[in-house]
Amino acid sequence: MERTQTGMSTPSRATLIIYILTACIALVGVADATYLAVLAFTGETAVCGGSEGCFQVLGSAYAKIGRIPVAAFGVTAYFTVFASATFAAFGYRTARKILAITISLMFLYTLWLLSVQAFLLHAFCRYCLVSAAMVFLLTGLLVATPPAPRSSS
Amino acid sequence: MKRYLPFLIVTVVAVMTVAGATVLYRAKRPTLSVVAKDRSPENPDAMHTLGPADAAVTIDEFGDFQCPPCGMLSEPLNQLAHDFPKLRIIFRNFPLVMHQHANEAALAAEAAGLQGHFWQMHDLLYREQVIWSKATDARGLFYAYASMIKCNVNRFKKDMASEQVGARIRTDQKEGSKLGVINTPTIFINNAAVPPASLNPKDLRAAVEEAMKGSKPTGKK
Repeated sequence: MERTQTGMSTPSRATLIIYILTACIALVGVADATYLAVLAFTGETAVCGGSEGCFQVLGSAYAKIGRIPVAAFGVTAYFTVFASATFAAFGYRTARKILAITISLMFLYTLWLLSVQAFLLHAFCRYCLVSAAMVFLLTGLLVATPPAPRSSS
Repeated sequence: MKRYLPFLIVTVVAVMTVAGATVLYRAKRPTLSVVAKDRSPENPDAMHTLGPADAAVTIDEFGDFQCPPCGMLSEPLNQLAHDFPKLRIIFRNFPLVMHQHANEAALAAEAAGLQGHFWQMHDLLYREQVIWSKATDARGLFYAYASMIKCNVNRFKKDMASEQVGARIRTDQKEGSKLGVINTPTIFINNAAVPPASLNPKDLRAAVEEAMKGSKPTGKK
C-alpha cells in the first residue's frame, strides 16, 4: 500500500525499485547523450571513431534541430527522467506525471529516429542504438509502474 | 533532511554532468596552431599541390584515404580548384591508426606520386573508398588501380614497400601532429584552421571566397 498526503505519496517497495532502476538507466542515457553532444559540438562527429554508419547518421541533417544537435536535447530529456524518477522515489506525485510524459515523448521520438536510420539513411549509429535501448527499457519500466494512489486530500 | 535529499541528489548529478561534459569538451576540442610558413622543411618534395605556386589562397588538407568525411570533401575540393584559378590545394597524408587500410592507401598514393600520378590515385582512392575499405586484400586492389592509371605496376609495388615512400608519410604525420592535428579531415585556409563544423562543401566554398576577397599571394613553392 502507498501512504498519501497532499502532493506526496510514499511509493510501495516495488514502485520504489522501479524508480531507482529508472534513475540508473537515465544516468546511462545522460552519459551516452552527453558524449554524443560533446562530439557534435567539437565537430568530432565527422570522424566518429571510424565507423561509417555512425558518420552517416550523426553527420546527417536529422542529427540536428536547427543548429542544436539532437544529442543535446537527449541530455535534457534523460536528465529530466533522472530528476523526476528521483523525486518520484521520494514521493513527489507531480514528478510521476513529468516522468510519464517525458518517457512517452522520448519513446515516440526514438521510434522516429530508428525509422530515419532504417529507411532514410540505411545506416545505424551504435551510440544511437544504445540510446534507443535505454528508452525502450525506460518505457518498459514506466508500463510496469503501478498506478499512483488517489490523493486523500 | 529526507525532504532535501532528492534536491541534493539531482544537483550533484547535474554538477557532475556539466563537469564531465566540460572535461570531455576540453579533451576533444581541436587546438590547432597555424601552419608554419616554411612548410615541410625536412622534405619539401613530399608536398602534393594542385594549383599555381603564387596562389592567392592556399588550402592545406591533412587527409586519410579511408576516412568517409575526407572522401566526401574530395570532389568538392577538386571543384574549388577548378573554379578558382588562384587557389592552391596541398594534400598531406594523415592516416589514422583506427583505419585498417589507411596507411597502405597512403603508401599507394605516394608510390603513384613517384610516377607523377599522385592526384589520379588520390581521386581514385576516394572514389573507390567504399570498396577497398572493406576488402581483405586492399593491396591487390591498389595494384589494380595503379595499372588503371597507367603506372608501371612493378615499380609501383617496389615503391610502396620502399623507405622513401614510408618516410614521406611519416613526415606529413609528424608535421600534422606538431600542428595539433588529431582528426581527419583537418583543413587550413591560408594557414588558419577551418572549424570542424565548417568542413562541408558549402562552408568551405564560402571560406575560400572570403579569403579571396582580402588575399595576398601565399604561395611558397
